[in-house]
Amino acid sequence: MLLSLLPFYPLISFLLIVLLKKQLSWWQTSVLSVGAMLICAITSLVLLNTLNQAPDGVITSHLWRWFSLSDGDSFASVNFSFYLDALSAVMICVVSCVGFLIHLFAAVYMKEDENFSRFMAYMNLFIVAMLILVLADNLVLLYLGWEGVGLCSFLLIGFWYQEKANVLAARKAFIVTRIGDTSMAIGLFMLFNSLGSVNIVEVNELATAQWQVGNNDAYWICLLLLGGAVGKSAQLPLQTWLPDAMAGPTPVSALIHAATMVTAGVYLIARMNGLFILSPQVMNYVAWIGASTLLLAGFAALVQSDIKRVLAYSTMSQIGYMMLALGAGAWSAGIFHLMTHAFFKALLFLTAGAIIYALHHQQNIFKMGGVLKRLPFESGLFIIGLICLMALPGTSGFFSKEAIIAHLWSSPTAGQALWWCAILGALLTSIYSCRLFFIAFLSKERFSHQVENLSSVGLKISLITLAVLSLVGGFLAPDLSTVFAKASQEVSHMVEPQWLHAVAIATPIIGIVFSWFYFSKYRSVEPMNYQKAEQNQNPIVRFCFSGLGFDRLYEILLIKPFVAIARLNKRDVVDQLVMSLTWYIGLWRDVLVYSQNGLMRWYAAAFAIGLVCFIGGWLL
Amino acid sequence: MIISLLMIGLVLSGGFAWYMETKRSGQAKFIALLATLVLGFSFTLYIVTSPDSFADLVLLTNVTWISVFNIRYMIALDNLSNLLLILTFILTVVAILISWREITHRQGFYYFNLLTTIAGIIGVFTAVDMFLFFFFWEVMLLPMTALIAIWGHENRQFAAIKFFIFTQVSSLLMLIAIIMMAFLHKQQVGQLSFAYEDWLTLTLTADYSYYLMLGFFIAFAVKLPSFPVHSWLPDAHTQAPTAGSVLLAGILLKTGAYGLIRFVIVLFPQASAEFAPIAAVLALISILYGAKMAFAQTDFKRLVAYSSISHMGFVMLALFAFNANAFQGAVITLVAHGLSSAALFAFAGMIYARIHSRDLRQMGGFWRSSPVMGGFALAFAAAAFGMPGLANFIGEFYSLIGAFQRFPLITILAALGIIGSAIYGMLLFQSSFQGPVKNSFIDLSIREGFIAASLFIFLLVLGLFPNLVLQYSYNGGL
Amino acid sequence: MTAIPLEHVLILACILFTIGFFGVIVRKNTLFMLMSLEVMLNAVGVAFIGAGSVWQQADGQVMFILILTLAAAEVAVGLALLIRLQQRFKSLDIDCLSQLKG
Repeated sequence: MLLSLLPFYPLISFLLIVLLKKQLSWWQTSVLSVGAMLICAITSLVLLNTLNQAPDGVITSHLWRWFSLSDGDSFASVNFSFYLDALSAVMICVVSCVGFLIHLFAAVYMKEDENFSRFMAYMNLFIVAMLILVLADNLVLLYLGWEGVGLCSFLLIGFWYQEKANVLAARKAFIVTRIGDTSMAIGLFMLFNSLGSVNIVEVNELATAQWQVGNNDAYWICLLLLGGAVGKSAQLPLQTWLPDAMAGPTPVSALIHAATMVTAGVYLIARMNGLFILSPQVMNYVAWIGASTLLLAGFAALVQSDIKRVLAYSTMSQIGYMMLALGAGAWSAGIFHLMTHAFFKALLFLTAGAIIYALHHQQNIFKMGGVLKRLPFESGLFIIGLICLMALPGTSGFFSKEAIIAHLWSSPTAGQALWWCAILGALLTSIYSCRLFFIAFLSKERFSHQVENLSSVGLKISLITLAVLSLVGGFLAPDLSTVFAKASQEVSHMVEPQWLHAVAIATPIIGIVFSWFYFSKYRSVEPMNYQKAEQNQNPIVRFCFSGLGFDRLYEILLIKPFVAIARLNKRDVVDQLVMSLTWYIGLWRDVLVYSQNGLMRWYAAAFAIGLVCFIGGWLL
Repeated sequence: MIISLLMIGLVLSGGFAWYMETKRSGQAKFIALLATLVLGFSFTLYIVTSPDSFADLVLLTNVTWISVFNIRYMIALDNLSNLLLILTFILTVVAILISWREITHRQGFYYFNLLTTIAGIIGVFTAVDMFLFFFFWEVMLLPMTALIAIWGHENRQFAAIKFFIFTQVSSLLMLIAIIMMAFLHKQQVGQLSFAYEDWLTLTLTADYSYYLMLGFFIAFAVKLPSFPVHSWLPDAHTQAPTAGSVLLAGILLKTGAYGLIRFVIVLFPQASAEFAPIAAVLALISILYGAKMAFAQTDFKRLVAYSSISHMGFVMLALFAFNANAFQGAVITLVAHGLSSAALFAFAGMIYARIHSRDLRQMGGFWRSSPVMGGFALAFAAAAFGMPGLANFIGEFYSLIGAFQRFPLITILAALGIIGSAIYGMLLFQSSFQGPVKNSFIDLSIREGFIAASLFIFLLVLGLFPNLVLQYSYNGGL
Repeated sequence: MTAIPLEHVLILACILFTIGFFGVIVRKNTLFMLMSLEVMLNAVGVAFIGAGSVWQQADGQVMFILILTLAAAEVAVGLALLIRLQQRFKSLDIDCLSQLKG
């Protein structure tokens, strides 16, 4: 009962806000939307507790039968049903708790916006879709949530819709993820065609029962589902939308593009683990996609100048870690990292938002500087976020990331090369974090305004709670052994060399030390030199800055040809062909009009010639 | 009997509205609305209270019409026709409400044409004598042409003639096929017959039936419309008055799909199975080509028109996949597309009434001045690009999952249409409601809000509880 | 008196017919066109009479009388039209009457 109500709290709040938009004050709207989230958070914690006592570790709740697909003689019904196990419990807790904190922050942060109620309504709607996504007991309902979060993401990226750039970013995000969604939809068709079911539990069981490891159907289905995951989670090759998505308000970036929606792809793969283990090849692809994305995003984050874009690329790279974990078969570690990442990345984004707000919407780190002195509270929280991101020992990031890295070396679907990628990624993470910190927080002030501090109890509560969660989140490791019982592999740690762990732990520290010296100029140099540095970028830096040129590549390969063909054929060539018939008929009409000249003598002549021809023809 | 009464009632009240034109022209719309509501309700009441389950065709009327040729006036109903008739009534109410302020010139005659078109459509959905079917097929065509030609936009004459010629030429092929079928019946049974039920008993040789099937198929494919005979649609839609577009997209296109379901597939099962790969390829091209053309358009109504071509491609693909899922998908898509495209055309009309333009380049930032309208526009655009939770998704999902079992490769390519629909849907919504503010105007009036809200609620309810329709959908012939 | 061979009669008829026909299509003056028409009719008449005398049948002469009557009727209508034409357009040019052109 509690379970089936969970998505309805934010839904009711959404509906009330939409319907009563004009009558509600800021206070009422905030209470409504944040209150709904608070109830949601409490409910999901209660559910987590109930789940621990449930005998089989599963709670289900059936709402109504949505429709049923016929499979030969039998029918497979697709229900509006929720399915809660340890995995979805982790997800709902993350979604509703982090969601609640971000809502609380947003209520303060967006107070001045004239469309505040619209914003909160979208945020609530997003939570509804996200909860449906993680609770769905079948893939079609999951797809509903999947598209729902996509639509909300679109709406929130384009929230300030009067700016052309935001509109384009929103469109890009929607269409790029839609490409992944389509792949996922095709995967669904294939899945139903071969297994006759779309229910997640059934599919996982049937697949294990019917298919051998390495089955061809399983390979294609996993590959197509991976396409969906890649689109949603901004992984290579569909990663280009995420940096642009930072056009949305900062709480949106925190909620959707860091903590929850972008990890839906990870969730999808973890959810379908029974299927994915049947295809080690795809698992290997997952690992490689994760690894290449994490490196790509790491390099791109090294040279960004917009604080939110740095964080966006860092999100991409952290999701790369999760993918890498899933690919390596470290399912629990991947989900654990998803959780800790949600905490510290939400913290980073929200703090960044507070700083941006305080500096009058200044997002360029080269124009910040010295923030540590001016905004010590926010800076402190930001540092907490950064050390978690860098995975310094003791923080939550450390536990989850080490769990992933430890698994890579001897995993059958990953291996040593991927281990080195992960280490390199960790090094990059600590370097770009330090660079960000040095440029924006240390050195001299490069802004002339008074800082405008957001001081509100709600805001502080949400930030501090997130900071605490980020620090101690490492001790909240979820027990997912029931979910991944079948999928967890026997890994022999015998062959691993002794230095592995030492290297993994030392890497971030090496990164910090390296940056301390390499970026020493960023700690001291005067403002003027930054602008010079910005202008005189070498090609490699510019290449990294553009996210390794993927945007450009897609523009040349896909967008331009498509638009060109569309423009060229705007008048519809088929229509032109059909209408050329009218031209042909018109031609004959003109000929006949000419002969119909009204001159008696012409008619007589034509008559005579016709008669002669006729008689002649007849006689001959 | 009820159906005949419906048609007579519609034509008579249309005639009354026309007669009233000279006395009090403002009353025509009230007459039309009242007539539609009363007749629609009585029809619904009839179905609900009727003891028949309508699982198979129920013959309601069977009277000799032209005895020399054994042409009979035969009217029958089943669940498919009931569903489409209810859709027809809903959209007629929408069409009348949407014309409320738009039509000021010759109101009485306008409503006469509107109601006569509806009467013809009702006939098409219920006639089971093929000659009668052909008769109604023509009846619905003429007043529709008049609607476009008299009350349309700047290029209306051209569009009306194009529409007329396309449908007329293709329906002549159907007439030939109908007559040939009647003679085949004479050959085999000894008597001419145009009755659908009689034709079901005919045994057809392979080569004959293929050409006969093509005769029907072309007529219905033009109406659907399918690539490459789709090009009347963008012109007719663009030039028609708003209510005309609503009726065209909402119901007239459905008569093509109805014909495919009822006649082509059922009368010529073997021939259509043989033809299915070609039809599927045509459908695929319609889906992708329609989506691509929609993206290139700058005219609001033209964009929606091309999107209709794309959506109807899904219907055709599903129908020629010959399985239960795909069939359900086709039926749901018919209803869902009827509602959603009608809504989008209604929005085109509302925007046109405010800024006197259909050009997307002149629009932008409407959300600021009319957020309610924006919200609904987004909802309908989302319906058009197959947002789960709205009815169109159910249709597309069923269609594709069913089609996949028969044509995997074509279905995978057709699924690219999902991306295409997102692209044009976003283009449509964003260039009118988002972006820099170029125009501002008043938000939806109560009448317009009622239209939008009711269509949206229908879409949402069907999207969340599709069984309301699915449990009735026609299953014969499969 | 030797009989005139049929060929000669037919050649004469053809020549007369052709002259008449070219008169019809070449002359613009309606009066001359009517006269040319008469020539054509008479050419046919000559052919009939010639044929009648060769076959020794009265039909040829009957036909000629019919043609004569027809010609008279035609001239009556034609001259009436001619007068209307003269009154209306102050001209006998047949090309004035081209309002029926497409």
